[in-house]
Formats: sequence, structure tokens, C-alpha cells
Amino acid sequence: MAQRQAIVLDSRIESVDQAEATAERVAASAGFDESERHRIAMAVREITVNAVMHGNAYDRGKKVTIEFQLSPDELVVKISDQGAGFDMEVVADPLAPENLLRASGRGIFLARAFMDQVDVQPSSAGTSVLLIKHRQPPLPTPPPHK
Amino acid sequence: MIKVTCRRIDSVTVVDLGGRITLGEGATVLRDTIRELLAKGDNRILLNLGDVTYIDSSGLGELVSGFSLVRKSGGDLKLLHLTRKVHDLLQITKLYTVFDVQDDEARAIAAFDSPAGASGAH
Repeated sequence: MAQRQAIVLDSRIESVDQAEATAERVAASAGFDESERHRIAMAVREITVNAVMHGNAYDRGKKVTIEFQLSPDELVVKISDQGAGFDMEVVADPLAPENLLRASGRGIFLARAFMDQVDVQPSSAGTSVLLIKHRQPPLPTPPPHK
Repeated sequence: MIKVTCRRIDSVTVVDLGGRITLGEGATVLRDTIRELLAKGDNRILLNLGDVTYIDSSGLGELVSGFSLVRKSGGDLKLLHLTRKVHDLLQITKLYTVFDVQDDEARAIAAFDSPAGASGAH
């Protein structure tokens, strides 16, 4: 059965830490190991940074909503802002030699590196980003001793 | 919360960093520290990241900006004692090819005076 949890955050820098901490807790409750928890929390952090800075542009009247949905197969995190839209697909490749020394542009790249799937859904009401991490299948239960 | 301590060894300033280098205070403190050193003419900088527990993309951006500023001043900036997580982050982002990463402080300081050590590339 799926479990859901949602938080609504103000568009300020401190919200990014709250998003990261919540993601870490949700990932821990889902049974992800320490390394995967770190990666999931960082992906959530980076996309929340984009939502606060580029989506809502620190507008105090706009919120960032983060929904966590945990099913037996995967953890899905949906991060939504209320901004005018930020096209993450046009961010320059941070691995290109000419971009290696750029100070920004690595957030969405890191989210893609750390999650199994990242979908960006722009709309007139804001941008939503879906982050998906597959859960490891449980180890087979050994047959009972006879 | 970020912790910063600067100490001088020969002509090199070793900056011992601890905690988190992230958007906000951590990245700002790192930026200000490097700029203050450059303003004093200290442009041989060894960033000891041994106690850094977390770096996000903003922190990486400050490392890159600091590196570029130091190089423009004619100096050099090297990294020391990467944790596994920070090491992985630099590899994923290919920044491992930009920075001269060292794991021994004495050798790192000596590398500032060697032509190979000044290349900044692995």
C-alpha cells in the first residue's frame, strides 16, 4: 500500500534544508541505505533550490510543495513551484569542457545522476519535477527448515 | 554550519574547513575566506576538506569560483583530504580533472613549488 506525505515550504533558503532533512527521513523509513539516502536527499535539495531560486524567485507569496509517495516498488518525490517556469532542459551540459569552470548549472545534473528517473513537467501554474528512486527488491525468504 | 580555520605553512595558507558547504552561509563563508586571502596577497591556498560532511552544487560552484579567482591572481588552489562523498561528487561532475587533489599535507605543500603540481590537472 502506498504511503503519502506532503510539505509546503516558503520560498526561502532555509526551506532547502528542511526539504533535504525530510527527504532523508522518508528515505530512511523506506529502508534505503546510507549512501542512497544521501543521494535522494541531495537530489531533493537541488531541485528545491531550483524551485525556490529560479521558479518562485524567492517570492514570499509563492510556495514550494513537496509530495513523497512510497510504494513497494519505488519512492516518488514531486517538487512543485508556482513560478513562471524554468526550462531545466536548456541548462548547459556541466560536463562539457567549456562549462567545467562555471559556478552554476550542476543541480539538475546531480539530481539526474542520483535518481533513477527525473521528469520535468512545466506548466502555466509552475514547474513540477518528479524524482523517482526504485526500491531494491526484498531478498527471497529462505524456505523453512523441515 | 561551516567551520573555517586558516594557518600558514611556508608560503602556503592551509584553510581547514569543517561542516557543510551549501547554499547560504557555507558557500558565502568559503567565498569570503578566499577573497580575503587574495586581498592580502595570499594566493597559494590549500583547502583541507577532511572535516567537510556535505557539499551541494552551490558549494561546488564556490570551489570552482575560488579556483578561478586564485588562478587569475597567478596563484594556485589545491584540495586536501576529500571524504568519500566529496570525492564521488567531484568525479561525477568531472571536477576531479580540474582540481589538484592531494591526500598528504606535506606533499600538498611541496607540490605548490613543483611544476607538475602547479598544473592543476590529473
